[in-house]
Amino acid sequence: MFEFRDVVVETAGQTRLRGLTGIIPDHGVTVVAGPSGSGKSTMLRLCNRLEVATSGSVEFAGQPIEDTDPLQLRRQVGMVFQRPIALPGTVADNLREGAPHASDVEVRQILSRVGLHDLNERDARALSGGEAQRMCLARTLLTEPRFVLFDEPTSALDPGASTAIEELVLGLAEDGVPSAWVTHDLSQMRRLAHHLVILVDGAVAQQGDVESVLAHPVPDVARFLAGETIR
Amino acid sequence: MTVDVGFGGVAASLVLVVVAVLLSRLEALGLERSIIWAATRALAQMLVIGAGLGLVLADDAPIVLSWLWVVAMIVIGAVTVGSRAPEVPGTFMVALVALAAAEVTSLLVIYGFGIFPLEPRTLVPTAGMLMGNVIAATVLSARRTLTEIDEHRDEIEVRLSLGRPAREAVRPHLANAISTALTPQIEQTKIVGLIALPGTMTGLLLAGVAPLDAVLTQTVVMFLILGSVAVTSVLVGRGIARRLVSPDQRLLTPDAITSRSRFISHK
Repeated sequence: MFEFRDVVVETAGQTRLRGLTGIIPDHGVTVVAGPSGSGKSTMLRLCNRLEVATSGSVEFAGQPIEDTDPLQLRRQVGMVFQRPIALPGTVADNLREGAPHASDVEVRQILSRVGLHDLNERDARALSGGEAQRMCLARTLLTEPRFVLFDEPTSALDPGASTAIEELVLGLAEDGVPSAWVTHDLSQMRRLAHHLVILVDGAVAQQGDVESVLAHPVPDVARFLAGETIR
Repeated sequence: MTVDVGFGGVAASLVLVVVAVLLSRLEALGLERSIIWAATRALAQMLVIGAGLGLVLADDAPIVLSWLWVVAMIVIGAVTVGSRAPEVPGTFMVALVALAAAEVTSLLVIYGFGIFPLEPRTLVPTAGMLMGNVIAATVLSARRTLTEIDEHRDEIEVRLSLGRPAREAVRPHLANAISTALTPQIEQTKIVGLIALPGTMTGLLLAGVAPLDAVLTQTVVMFLILGSVAVTSVLVGRGIARRLVSPDQRLLTPDAITSRSRFISHK
């Protein structure tokens, strides 16, 4: 779905990606893992053009990403952020932010899908963290994306709420909506990943099927998997 | 009776500056130097301005001098606004356009409807009065727009990620910033005459003009200021917001906005 070639990203005088080359496939859940500061979020934000590469190329569905219309692209490539951001208004208002013409039935259906039955008139800012993040997922799904980006969406949630989101994401992949999921949580990585992209210091250290990467990790990845600090 | 201050009067009023300095020392405020510098600077600036005004407002002075004076005020105003929002390149141009638009609109109303006769004696003070009041609101609008957008980056990026155009994604925050900038002027317009006697009126009364004339003139000036503040706040807020998003619908990275505005004190 996404192909990165020699991607460099520099912002605020800092190099966030240094020559990243890799692939995010168009099926299953791709977990992008790595130590903090390794460029995981930056890689994700390139996929919906919230950031642009300083040099190198990013392709979406075989097309250079800079040739896509950013507004169209973002409706095809949804994103759920680290913190659940509830916009002012009710849950239904939030859902309609990306899909202004969604009917009441569609709003209720998508809320049921994420397990938030009958909460459409609730003040979005009164939701618990877990509920709010499920609402954010529903808000993204209502734009009918082909692919969803998850930027550590459970790092602020308790284990029960995290599990609920993880199950939803695995269900989405089964229903044909693949995703990329950023995390530095190794057990979560093992629970979710069909494919792995492991970043170390702004570049891909190793990538591929989860079984093959875990069976034959390169030295940097082996140290990351063993929970050692690598720099 | 008219008031004639003279240099003796100014010298006598320095007693109040001395009071301020003494209070600063007594309360250990450490502001003595600052007060003396401010007073000296004000005196010097006013003497220079007085001399300049003497030339511009002389009976045989051509009105083009007054227009040049107005243009200079607009440029200096724009430099001031630009210096208060240094993290956004191009603020000077935004402010220049906004201040010029406010002046043009106001002067068109004043002279188009014949409220004042078009002569140096009305042009320079009116334009100056407007500028003095508009600058504060313009700076506030610029700073608030920066901080509102900076503080709500996450909400804006959520809207962007849902496919909303950048202009719409920043709109609620821009509206907050502009209304913050406009509110003081609206409040001031409400209480005018009740609590504060505004400058124009005070000046006219001191100079011996009949109270009704002074009040009517002041009212005109208040309305002009209100209109001008609205024009500049909106134009500057929009202009700055536009510079914070890219043509490809991204919110520009923090190095341009955050690193400074988070640490510069907010008004």
